[in-house]
Amino acid sequence: MNNLIRITINGRQCEVGDGVTVAAALALCGNGQTRQSVNAMPRTPFCGMGICQECRVTIDGHPHCLACQTLCNNGMAIDTSSTIASAPDTIPIARHEYFDILVIGAGPAGLAAAQAAASSGARVGLVDDNPRAGGQIWRHGPNAPAPKPACAIMHGLTQASTVTLMHNTRVVQQLTPDSLLLESQHDSGVVRFRQLILATGAREHLLPFPGWTLPGVTGAGGLQALIKGGLPVAGQRIVVAGSGPLLFAAAASAQAHGAEVIAIIEQAKPAAVARFLGSLWRTPSKLIQAMRLRFGLRRTPYFLDSHVISASGDGMLKIVQVRHGTRQFELSCDRLACAYGLIPNARLAQALHCELAGAAISVDAMQRTSQPAVFAAGECTGIGGMELSFTEGQIAGYAAAGKLDAARALFAQRAKWQRFAARLARDFALSPVLRHLPDAQTVFCRCEDIAYDVVTAHSDWRNAKLHTRCGMGPCQGQICGAAADFCLGWPSLPIRAPFAPTRIGTLMQVGDTTAHLAD
Amino acid sequence: MTQYPDVAVIGAGIVGAACAAELAGHGLTVEVIDQMGIGCGTTGAGMGHLVVMDDSPAEFALSKWSVELWRELAGELAPQHGYRPCGTLWIATDDDELQAARARLARLQAAGIACHILDEQQLRACEPALRLGLPGALLAPGDGVVYPPAVAAWLLSPERPWGRRLRTRLGQTVVALHGNCVRLANGEVIRAGAIVLANGMGATEFVAGLPLAVKKGHLLITDRYPENLRHQVLELGYLKSAHQSSGASVAFNVQARPTGQLLIGSSRQFDELDPALDPAILGRMLRRAAEFLPALPSLHAIRAWTGFRAASRDGLPLIGQAHAHADAPWLAVGHEGLGVTTSLATAKLITAQMLNLMPEIPAAPYLPARFLDCQAAYE
Repeated sequence: MNNLIRITINGRQCEVGDGVTVAAALALCGNGQTRQSVNAMPRTPFCGMGICQECRVTIDGHPHCLACQTLCNNGMAIDTSSTIASAPDTIPIARHEYFDILVIGAGPAGLAAAQAAASSGARVGLVDDNPRAGGQIWRHGPNAPAPKPACAIMHGLTQASTVTLMHNTRVVQQLTPDSLLLESQHDSGVVRFRQLILATGAREHLLPFPGWTLPGVTGAGGLQALIKGGLPVAGQRIVVAGSGPLLFAAAASAQAHGAEVIAIIEQAKPAAVARFLGSLWRTPSKLIQAMRLRFGLRRTPYFLDSHVISASGDGMLKIVQVRHGTRQFELSCDRLACAYGLIPNARLAQALHCELAGAAISVDAMQRTSQPAVFAAGECTGIGGMELSFTEGQIAGYAAAGKLDAARALFAQRAKWQRFAARLARDFALSPVLRHLPDAQTVFCRCEDIAYDVVTAHSDWRNAKLHTRCGMGPCQGQICGAAADFCLGWPSLPIRAPFAPTRIGTLMQVGDTTAHLAD
Repeated sequence: MTQYPDVAVIGAGIVGAACAAELAGHGLTVEVIDQMGIGCGTTGAGMGHLVVMDDSPAEFALSKWSVELWRELAGELAPQHGYRPCGTLWIATDDDELQAARARLARLQAAGIACHILDEQQLRACEPALRLGLPGALLAPGDGVVYPPAVAAWLLSPERPWGRRLRTRLGQTVVALHGNCVRLANGEVIRAGAIVLANGMGATEFVAGLPLAVKKGHLLITDRYPENLRHQVLELGYLKSAHQSSGASVAFNVQARPTGQLLIGSSRQFDELDPALDPAILGRMLRRAAEFLPALPSLHAIRAWTGFRAASRDGLPLIGQAHAHADAPWLAVGHEGLGVTTSLATAKLITAQMLNLMPEIPAAPYLPARFLDCQAAYE
């Protein structure tokens, strides 16, 4: 964070450090508020990773840009008060590229897959919707350098002449079995490929409770991602809640940036957590990591068999109500970071007609999906942590490149981390009590401000969507759909293109022979 | 309600819901059966444009009457029904089209429809988001828009005055009709005084030889951009697109939803049964829309979908009994893209025929009997 860059926020001049996100800049220079909800409630970034759409602001005259996924530029004008488009109409430049192997997602699995695939000399494309490679776990920024091994891989890939990295780029539509339509912040285009590796990772399982839409409430990994993007937390009192080891990682990030983590609230019961810790000797690196995290946070109380039952405050978070076993208590705080573990991002796979096993993409030993020439690796195939994701990515990369022996050599390593993943899933399984956190008035669909009792008046997800607008907003039901699945037992419906909010200019190019794109 | 309703309506889309409500309003007990939920088929996929169309005298009579019925109903509708009397703006792209619009204006005005021609400046002032240089438009201020699934649910709601005579059975698949009996997939048999098929293409399963074909359409909706458009805006060329009988066609047809979202259409593909989005058709449809709305390329699309219009050979719906037998099913199908607009009038025509009342417009042009082969196949 050496150079300062100048931006304007709602017309006011501000200076922020180079490399911070727009979400961070809004908090550095003001109250951090991004959009107003459809019922005019103030909102702040929530998921921290480009899914929930709460952080939409107008950037340089373009409404509905994601503040958490956009880095500040010199001269950038950010507006949180208007959604009127005022930018000059530009025609995006259409790209048309071919790759032997295309990898979607540049977290540990995607980076490992790209590296392994590139080792065969294949032409590799790596598409990632974040501003920087690394995924969530290796997310880095002005306040948080990437870990050394991640830097080495990313450096290697940027140097390789056969590898093309596409940042801030999303897959928005499948055009043919071997081509996808992509969109970045500035352009769009079609990529064709021979083999496809999905490494789309996971997102946080964000469950509704009264007050979860208040400014100051985020996901757990979400807060960590926002901090890495430059969000200031120094001096703030923070409660971290939900479930799983990620709570400690999020708490450690917050503490390292000057926050006071006043409690970690874990829903799992003491016996389950003890069993998990007791099994960590099987994975010594995880044991050391856990011990270091616990030591670093030794002054922070860790409440087991506990969950947040509500958050409250006048226009922003002030108080968190916690249930601990059979008793309840209150914590006064500035932020709540709350998430109930992770769920696989399998939407793209589903749209490509890959079979799923539960919520995850179904793969064989070589990480092949049910679709020919489509592989999947990492947490989109099941939650298992960075090491498992990395190993699966390598296997998928080698397998896609035809180096089957190199892939097989990694099977034992993968099996070790799969066993770790199974213990993680068993010991941090969610309590059914969490299904009943929302009250009648709790906003269930954050995009459209639809209350819980309005949604539950319907019998299934399709009818609730059609008759209440629940899940019809720009997050495309990714937040409330997962909540409806968990709380109400309503499976989500497969998605259609566009897979994410997409400029119409991008969709318009398809089939336009004058734009030199595939029909 | 007894176990045997006076009428069983198959299909809880806007047409089925309107028929059920109208029949119940006349004192009959009605059971509405749908394999999914209320408004889950074409009703939920369409635009909800209430529009007077005048390609044939019969189409004009039905749509004019029905739009009037919608305006009467409007006072009872709530915000969630999305009713807005926004009018339709038919855009001419050249002087020939404007000339044709003037001829149409004369016809419409002669028939008592309020409408007028906007010149280039008036059009610009009225909808500044449209591109420069459009020569003019025909404004039909009496048209409107509505959110059809919500209206269908309201028409079937037990809270309405005749709601106690209505019963809905959702998630129930009809497997066969035997005379006046409806057999459900769960084995149950509902014996009714009369059966109304208001299930679009689904009716072809029960009445062999029904002259219905599918016209697939694409729609796309944007994020919220308030103050973009005020009317439902269509190109006059839409009429050509709507009446083509083969191939794929697209036309500029955009609606501003009360949320500030733009709902963008439209496309027509014949005998295409795959519900998947066709990226090339979607692209073509959006390119056409962007020729009229130059800011469109920078707006965010958040969802796109397809739907199937059930169309008859002559473009008019089939409203009436399938054939002369006393226990023949009644049809309220084949409305193509005008099902929402003409649902209320369809319900009145069905009710008038069933109860031997005098309908406000002649029922003859819409009688299924005009397709003789349908009759023969049923017998």
